Amino acid sequence: MMDTLQAFFGPLWPLVWTLIKILAIVVPMMGAVAYLTLAERKVIGFMQIRIGPNRVGPFGLLQPIADGIKLLMKEIIIPSGSNKFLFVLAPVLAIMPALAAWAVVPFTPDLVLANVDAGLLYILAITSMGVYGVVLAGWASNSKYAFLGALRSAAQIVSYEIAMGFALVTVLMMSHSLNLVDIVKAQQGSLGLLQWNWIPLFPMFVIYVIAGTAETNRAPFDVAEGESEIVAGFHVEYSGMAFAIFFLAEYANMILIAALASLMFMGGWLSPVSFLPDGILWLFAKMSFILFLFLWFRATFPRYRYDQIMRLGWKVFIPVTLIWLVIVGLLLQEPLRGLPVLNLWFH
Amino acid sequence: MADLKSFVKNWTLSELLKGMSITGRHFFAPKITVQYPEEKTPMSPRFRGLHALRRYPNGEERCIACKLCEAVCPAMAITIESEQREDGSRRTTRYDIDLTKCIFCGFCEESCPVDSIVETRIFEYHGEQRGDLLMTKEKLLAVGDRYEAQIAADRAEDAPYR
Repeated sequence: MMDTLQAFFGPLWPLVWTLIKILAIVVPMMGAVAYLTLAERKVIGFMQIRIGPNRVGPFGLLQPIADGIKLLMKEIIIPSGSNKFLFVLAPVLAIMPALAAWAVVPFTPDLVLANVDAGLLYILAITSMGVYGVVLAGWASNSKYAFLGALRSAAQIVSYEIAMGFALVTVLMMSHSLNLVDIVKAQQGSLGLLQWNWIPLFPMFVIYVIAGTAETNRAPFDVAEGESEIVAGFHVEYSGMAFAIFFLAEYANMILIAALASLMFMGGWLSPVSFLPDGILWLFAKMSFILFLFLWFRATFPRYRYDQIMRLGWKVFIPVTLIWLVIVGLLLQEPLRGLPVLNLWFH
Repeated sequence: MADLKSFVKNWTLSELLKGMSITGRHFFAPKITVQYPEEKTPMSPRFRGLHALRRYPNGEERCIACKLCEAVCPAMAITIESEQREDGSRRTTRYDIDLTKCIFCGFCEESCPVDSIVETRIFEYHGEQRGDLLMTKEKLLAVGDRYEAQIAADRAEDAPYR
């Protein structure tokens, strides 16, 4: 089968094979995004003692498809006062990094599209471009609310990027590598989940999850959208599929942050106990846990006031991450890293 | 000491965790959603829905055109015209309730000396064109004829409390 295909495409084969692999990641991803929207409505419904959508299909399982068809059929309105090129470009810029980052995410040691040595750096570089989609959308719409949303989002994402970056720097110090496969392998050990990074780097783990919520513009940090104060923020003027792309990007980013948190702090595909085999299902279970946390946050917390978001980012997270960076640096030095308990994690 | 207390409270995120434990418990709580067309909430006999004009058991309409309901109606939704019938009794020739004006306060029912105009339990109705929600005397009597059993039962149930 493979040989005949290879012979058929000839020199084009590597390109075709890569495209197939990309599709094998993106298509299930889109399915996951669709069902994450349903999961969100169900989970938030349950936490509000409601039952959530249950009319389309059994338990509402066809709801995302109905939503998708509805959005596809709707007209895309381009405001006459907008900058039309940028207005159309913005959703593309929003979803591009959310999908491109998956190139280096390893699902198992062998199942990775591009096992890049500087994978973590690539992720940081690509995900920080996501904000341009939001900023451009807000600016190109030529609308006050959209512009306010874009301003807020720009400031917020830039602030939290720093804390998030520092949190990841501690991870790469622990594993002496920027390669995501190596980062997970460094967490391997006979004690299972006790040897994952989340114990020695617990404050960083918490900060990463919180900063991740802020990065993806999720409640309680959803001031860029802020439907109760600035209507829908940066995407007020978007409709139909253009709006749906922003929606997809937000949820794809959530899944990405969940995957990264699982890889960096929770041992990726590693099994939590030594008598069970490692595998991709563990990664999915960990991602689901983080995603559930995101939905839980949204069901629980009211929106942060804007200046308090800034205070939290600059005056709490950045100092804390810096201090922890120094602590991890010290613990990695010779006299300390050999000590009985510390040598579990610091080597 | 208070500083230390608030320091610990802030940095353990205790209040956030407390909030999450509440929503977490609600996640497993029995759901209170009423799935409307299949399930319905219990309804009081005093429910104030669509209006109806009632008749006596012998088929004579109750309304004596005293116009108390027209006078009390705060939304001025009721229009009544009357004249003398051959047998000498005063009867309405026109009895209109504009449901688009009506606020369903129930004053018309309260004011009625002969229990003629009543509000029923019916609330699932609609109009498809202009005028559908203007209830004429014929329409009101038809509603009354159709639901008389329910209307009478509701009045009887509520009577001890009046």
